[in-house]
Amino acid sequence: MELTKRSKIINSIIRYTLLIIVGVILIYPLIWMIGSSFKDNIDIFGTFNPLPASGRGTLENIKSAWNISSDHTIWFYFGNTLKFLVPKTFFTVISCTLTAYVIARKNFKGKKFVFTAVIVTLLMPELAFRIPLYLLYRQVGLLDTFASLFIQDIFASSSFFIFMIIQFMRTIPRQLDEAAVIDGCNDLQILSKIIVPVIKPIIITVGLLCFMWGMNDFQGPLIYLNSPDKTVLSMILKQQLDGDTMIVYGKIFAASCLALLPMIALFFAGSRYFVDGVASTGGKE
Amino acid sequence: MTKEKTKKKINYVPYLMLLPWMIGFVIFKVYPIVVSFFYSLQEYPILGDPEFIGLENYIEIFTKDEIFRTSLVATLKYVLIGTPVVVIVAFFVAFILNFKLKGVNFFRTAYYIPSILGGNVAVSILWTMLFDVNGPINTVLSVFTNGEVAINWTKDANFAIFTLIILKAWQFGSTMLIFLSALQGVSKSLYEAASLDGASKIRQLFSITVPIITPVILFNAINVLVKAFQEFNSAYLITKGGPNKTTYFLNLYIYEEAFQKGNYGYASALTWVLLAIIGIFTIIIFKTSDNYVYYND
Repeated sequence: MELTKRSKIINSIIRYTLLIIVGVILIYPLIWMIGSSFKDNIDIFGTFNPLPASGRGTLENIKSAWNISSDHTIWFYFGNTLKFLVPKTFFTVISCTLTAYVIARKNFKGKKFVFTAVIVTLLMPELAFRIPLYLLYRQVGLLDTFASLFIQDIFASSSFFIFMIIQFMRTIPRQLDEAAVIDGCNDLQILSKIIVPVIKPIIITVGLLCFMWGMNDFQGPLIYLNSPDKTVLSMILKQQLDGDTMIVYGKIFAASCLALLPMIALFFAGSRYFVDGVASTGGKE
Repeated sequence: MTKEKTKKKINYVPYLMLLPWMIGFVIFKVYPIVVSFFYSLQEYPILGDPEFIGLENYIEIFTKDEIFRTSLVATLKYVLIGTPVVVIVAFFVAFILNFKLKGVNFFRTAYYIPSILGGNVAVSILWTMLFDVNGPINTVLSVFTNGEVAINWTKDANFAIFTLIILKAWQFGSTMLIFLSALQGVSKSLYEAASLDGASKIRQLFSITVPIITPVILFNAINVLVKAFQEFNSAYLITKGGPNKTTYFLNLYIYEEAFQKGNYGYASALTWVLLAIIGIFTIIIFKTSDNYVYYND
């Protein structure tokens, strides 16, 4: 008896150690980045200690990262990012929820086709659509507009999110909507008053993922936007590496930290919902 | 009963609610796919009118295009090494996160952070610095080897692609979560029975866990593979396709052909070749899976 208790303790010590080691390896790059944004250029390399040497920490990097370009503060570029990201997230959540509701809950002719179409487009690499859409947008004058980065989302074009919401709706008993029908609710009422409150976790997940993936999106702005006053956060960060003048690494790290800060904040705000949300997509049939 | 059915009026409401999706499906999915195929049969210059040239783009890709060959080799190397690495790392992490321990949820959240930051430009910048010749990775390695390590990760043709694969492996989050929920679904009674029979933990892992979750392994492998074939950000930002085009993935080549040179026809043909390759690999994984996948239904 004594022996098994002891081996249990040893066992959990081994397990915690393993979890901590993996955690340190995973998080270390971020810690190093944060630390380096408080360092002088000369202190950044040649050491793996993320902390600045004693008495040599500096806030200069943060200041110069805030005034990232000669014309604007980083806030301006973040604002530009929001100009496509907010509508993108808004439209994605609404149109995908609506579409998922019809597919998951309504019976109509052609439903099988619609569901198959969602799955097929889900499997289609995004790359397949890129060149034709670029040429289409060029024709209708959408190039170099923020709308080019969210117009698709008005029309529920993310099959992945539709699929995620359908999967989640399937776990909700149909009696709920049937009761609402008896009470005389129409579809929009059922959706907004019954379904949406229940599927809140997946809606938050979809909203967060859409927002964060949009923040990460680099190729979209690279292809579609080109005037300087429409530069978004990801592009201005990239431009920091392009300059021919000596690179101030501390500034780049500080700017990177500022860019990642909203994402990390959002992640923690919603993590309780979306760790389960992501898992539910692949885990359930 | 049948009479009632035929009399029933068609309910237009579902179609009305589906209207946005239907419009989107036609304009943003069907139309691009169809025209993209036509573009691939054309010489479509940045200025001037497109001209139909049949299969010439494809013939050039397969017979004359040296860059395509280099790019294909780089892409295949990245995918074929990267996919197993990501799947194994994700499985390993899911396995240790499945421990019944206090506070394991904290680790679950922390482990997911790299994945949400993932494709961000800031992370690519960070990676460039981490793997700098004087960066902390080399410093750490020097400690273990008792001597200066001066691998120029991003600029050495032997190492550049691994720098990108390590970045890919760092972002195992979604794959790991899918594994985790599969692991949590494996019935405890199986392990209890195995323990009674005296099977060790390692034995249980390979004789019970792995066989049961093979469908999920397959799902994850395909997912990772399809994404890896389309890798762009890391190669564009960190290694810029180099050195010597060792990380010049097909998606970079397509991007440059289309959006820098304006050869829309040729780039479309390259896209279709890449799509075909992705399709073939997916089918191969599916077909061979009959031999090793265990379906529990």
